[in-house]
Amino acid sequence: MKSGTWLLRLLRLIVSFREFSLIAVLVLFGGFMTIQSDVFLTKANLEAILLGLSVEGIIAVGMVILLISGGLDLSVGSTLALTGVVTGLALMKLGLSPLPAITLGLLAALAVGLINGLLVSKLKINPFITTLGMMITVRGLLLVLAEGRAVLNLPETFTVVGQGRLFGIQYPIYVMLLLVIVGDLLMRYSRFFRQSYYIGGNEKAARLSGINVDGVKIFNYCLVAILAGIAGIMITARFGSASVTVGSGVELRVITATIIGGASLSGGEGSVFGAFLGALFMAVLANALNLLGVDVYWQNFVTGLILIIAVVVDVVNERRKASQKM
Amino acid sequence: MTIVLKAENITKRFPGVLAVDNVSMELRKGEVLALVGENGAGKSTLMQILGGALKPDSGRLVIDGKEVIFNSPQDAIRAGVSMVFQELSLVKSLSVAENLFANRQPIGRFNNIKWRELYQETECFLRRFNLNIDPRCLVKHLPMGQQQILEILKAISANPKILLLDEPTSSLTESEILYLFENIRRLQESGMSIIYITHKLSEIFQIANRVMVMRDGRYIGDRSIKEVTENDLVCMMVGRQIVNLYGSTTCQFDGDEYFKVENLTRRGMFYNITFGLKPGEILGIAGLVGAKRTEVAQAIIGVLPKDTGRIILRGKNLRINRPQDAIRERIAYLTEDRKELGLFLGMSVRENLVAPSLRKYVSFLDILDRSRIDDFSRQVVQRLAISTPSLAKKMMYLSGGNQQKCLVGMWMGIEPEVIIFDEPTRGVDVGARAEIYQKLREFADAGVGIILISSDLTELIGMCDRILVMHAGRIQGEVNRKDFSEELILAYAAGLAGN
Repeated sequence: MKSGTWLLRLLRLIVSFREFSLIAVLVLFGGFMTIQSDVFLTKANLEAILLGLSVEGIIAVGMVILLISGGLDLSVGSTLALTGVVTGLALMKLGLSPLPAITLGLLAALAVGLINGLLVSKLKINPFITTLGMMITVRGLLLVLAEGRAVLNLPETFTVVGQGRLFGIQYPIYVMLLLVIVGDLLMRYSRFFRQSYYIGGNEKAARLSGINVDGVKIFNYCLVAILAGIAGIMITARFGSASVTVGSGVELRVITATIIGGASLSGGEGSVFGAFLGALFMAVLANALNLLGVDVYWQNFVTGLILIIAVVVDVVNERRKASQKM
Repeated sequence: MTIVLKAENITKRFPGVLAVDNVSMELRKGEVLALVGENGAGKSTLMQILGGALKPDSGRLVIDGKEVIFNSPQDAIRAGVSMVFQELSLVKSLSVAENLFANRQPIGRFNNIKWRELYQETECFLRRFNLNIDPRCLVKHLPMGQQQILEILKAISANPKILLLDEPTSSLTESEILYLFENIRRLQESGMSIIYITHKLSEIFQIANRVMVMRDGRYIGDRSIKEVTENDLVCMMVGRQIVNLYGSTTCQFDGDEYFKVENLTRRGMFYNITFGLKPGEILGIAGLVGAKRTEVAQAIIGVLPKDTGRIILRGKNLRINRPQDAIRERIAYLTEDRKELGLFLGMSVRENLVAPSLRKYVSFLDILDRSRIDDFSRQVVQRLAISTPSLAKKMMYLSGGNQQKCLVGMWMGIEPEVIIFDEPTRGVDVGARAEIYQKLREFADAGVGIILISSDLTELIGMCDRILVMHAGRIQGEVNRKDFSEELILAYAAGLAGN
């Protein structure tokens, strides 16, 4: 009897946790693909998936934390490109060595995050509007800086950051996995990071509970910007050039991934691991459609559908819970 | 008297709970029937069935001798039943006129809204109810009490035969309640029948002809108002005797005023607020809405900035600019608006209980110690008799009384030296109210000074050792326990007597 209820509770836990259902779907889907295609389960293909995922994966860590605290950042794609361009120009025009160049690039990203955070928390401007404005402004700024052209032929001392390998696997994958693990642990166990759940859950109550709401918000905007910057460094190093168009549209893909992973646009919900699984799911799906020879245009169609299904499942779940009040 | 509405054997089941259990009732023409019971007694569910918002699992509704089936509130309105919902249903960013005539605006030839006509009709309508509001005013600019009244007027504007009111006075001031009652009597005289849900038993005796009691989804009984006392009703509601709701005042506190507020001023809001608090004293703050009582509390804890004034605890001049500072000095503020400002409804009971004291549960490196959090939460749940299936239950699924107890529990965590309690029993049923009062007494007995802001005069008189009465941002008078009287306090509150 006792073990029976225990099992029931475990089952309920599995259904209620987005992470478990996503893993289940991923495993099933992976199994199906392994049967369908002999390329899918090869090291080269899996590495390609993870490498392609690394940009979204890194930014998703910051984005989900921001969404949990009730924020939103549409400017991450532009920030990513800005970091690449600033770093590239520092290397080529200023002749800096990689470390100071990267630092300069990340400082540019931090500046974007700081402006976003200050506008949203201190001036109480809507996050959507603020970051939409910054998305356009920053893209414009970097086009001016780079005079509309990509910064080409970056030195090998820099490109190794994105192309180097450890145990045969490229660095960006490690960076992503490390950030996901650290981010997830912090959001689960750290007092400072858990404050975001309170702020997203009820900002006014959080303020009255003595949480430094503005401080945490500004921190979160800076965090997502820095992570976008890191992603920018990785992708610039991988390609060996700083593109001015890179990263456009990445903000919506990242937000999609976090929501598939259980976050809510109204804040208070989500997890870093869930967001990562959401991004992984989208990457695997794109890869699978590719391998199956499905027209590339179907990818958007399917991803959109999945997003809507994920949200519908959420809403239905929430209603079911609400109707069984205690 | 003719019977306008008859409900027969109504049953409504939600997953895991029988909300309404085989209830039958009648409503006569031109009567005010009060419906009382603790939270979870099923009154609101029954009301929603009568108003068409919920469908019963079984049972019949008969209106004017004909059986009716409501699939939506619109069906009910067509049959002459209008319901006023507990939660406001007004669109705050639209004008008074647009809200009152939502979907029924006067329309011109091109389907255009005839604004002049709309405003004129609204003005006529408002004048009929002696309400002096500009029809063009946006609802969000009206005070809460007027919004609530507007909500009721919106239901009345459909010209119903039967009006269902679910706790209409929960955010009204004394004078607004009087206004509402006056209009209820007028509607009653014109033949309207009214069902009235309330937690405030004293209201029933002012306004109702008959009272019906529910408990645990069942019909317990109904009585003519003339043959029932407040105590009878409480017994019927809780199924046991509550001897003294407010507990007994000890009125013994030794020691000096350890907490002092001196000349607290925020221009345009409140001026020269000065008072002291002794250990174990319960100090009430009375006043009408607009007296700025909540604002004073919020300035004390640093939510609102203050222009001048000092806050002194044990001889130390405190510098409080943000709520964090107040928490550090162990001053707790329990907000009047627990859903909007107090609790995290989407989060677990456990996470709520530790919200103001998170720092206490940090082990090394900012990591939260789950087992200590669990220990504290379990202890609070037990001490306050909070009924929740687990610590992981989301706050939103708890009843109003249990939520309020959680709010108290949250602030126990900072081990307060001063507690400011803002409307602690608004929307809380009698049983939970008695427990909250008891908790308040326990704090006071342990030497904590308590500031109790309340619009419920019986509550203030029952609980407090001393009452400050505010009027228009100033302290109008101070009344000691031996001089307590509703008349005196109301006179001060209205600005009629005193300083």
